[in-house]
Amino acid sequence: MVLLTRKIEFAASHLYHNPNLSAEENRRIFGKCNNPHGHGHNYTLEITVAGEPDPVTGMVLDLKELKEILEREIMQRMDHRHLNYEVAELAGKIPTCENITRVIWQLLEPKIKQGRLHRVRLYESPDLFADCFRNGSGAAGNS
Amino acid sequence: MSDALKIELGRRYRFSASHRLHSPELSAEENCRVFGKCNNPHGHGHNYVVEVSMSGDVDPATGMIANLADLDAFVERQVLEEFDHKSLNEDVLAFRKKVPTTENLCIEIYRRLKSFPQAKLERIRVQETGNNSFEYAGENLEGNQP
Repeated sequence: MVLLTRKIEFAASHLYHNPNLSAEENRRIFGKCNNPHGHGHNYTLEITVAGEPDPVTGMVLDLKELKEILEREIMQRMDHRHLNYEVAELAGKIPTCENITRVIWQLLEPKIKQGRLHRVRLYESPDLFADCFRNGSGAAGNS
Repeated sequence: MSDALKIELGRRYRFSASHRLHSPELSAEENCRVFGKCNNPHGHGHNYVVEVSMSGDVDPATGMIANLADLDAFVERQVLEEFDHKSLNEDVLAFRKKVPTTENLCIEIYRRLKSFPQAKLERIRVQETGNNSFEYAGENLEGNQP
């Protein structure tokens, strides 16, 4: 099995706010991320696909195709958007790295026909990221 | 549910410290041969990067595995306060008897962070320089898998 990773970057704004909590609780739990006007990040997304290289092309999957999937499913949905208000899949969820990686996994998994999605890693900054993978795949060790 | 989706939170911290690789069980010549430049009696230092991976349920109310403010404070208290701008050999008790290689540093940091109450520690990765990094996942064999 070979792992292939493609990296993309997108810029988006968000804020953390749970309407079921009081204003004070929101501020205490989310701190600066609760600023009502939001703030933004340059997100870095790493998509890892696992598979056997095709004997004819030598590829796990065509990177061009993966690039198109990422453009359609992720860039058009999230790049230069407000994650709270403009991404339907995140509606009602706090747009943390943890929740965004899960949504990205769910968007991409059915679209990847060659190989299979192995890991989604989303960096909000170089020092903060989340991984999403199938339990038991050991995906998290591949850094 | 072995195929359920799993989420991990990764957080990086930095500290700068000096160390000297030297084993009292080896002769001066052997120390020099085994550890090379790292055996210089006055020590040397690195800018270390520590990557902490935590797993757990994502709380629907916060969207988080663990509150970063809690994790940051815990790592600060358990590791950074004692390690940053210190001599690992002289200032950290664990390295009075153990050689402060990055392998041993991973194990010591893992030991110090294992008790984080809000999430499960999966592994520690320590980067000694841009070209060297080490990982330790305790007895958690799944976390050690490539």
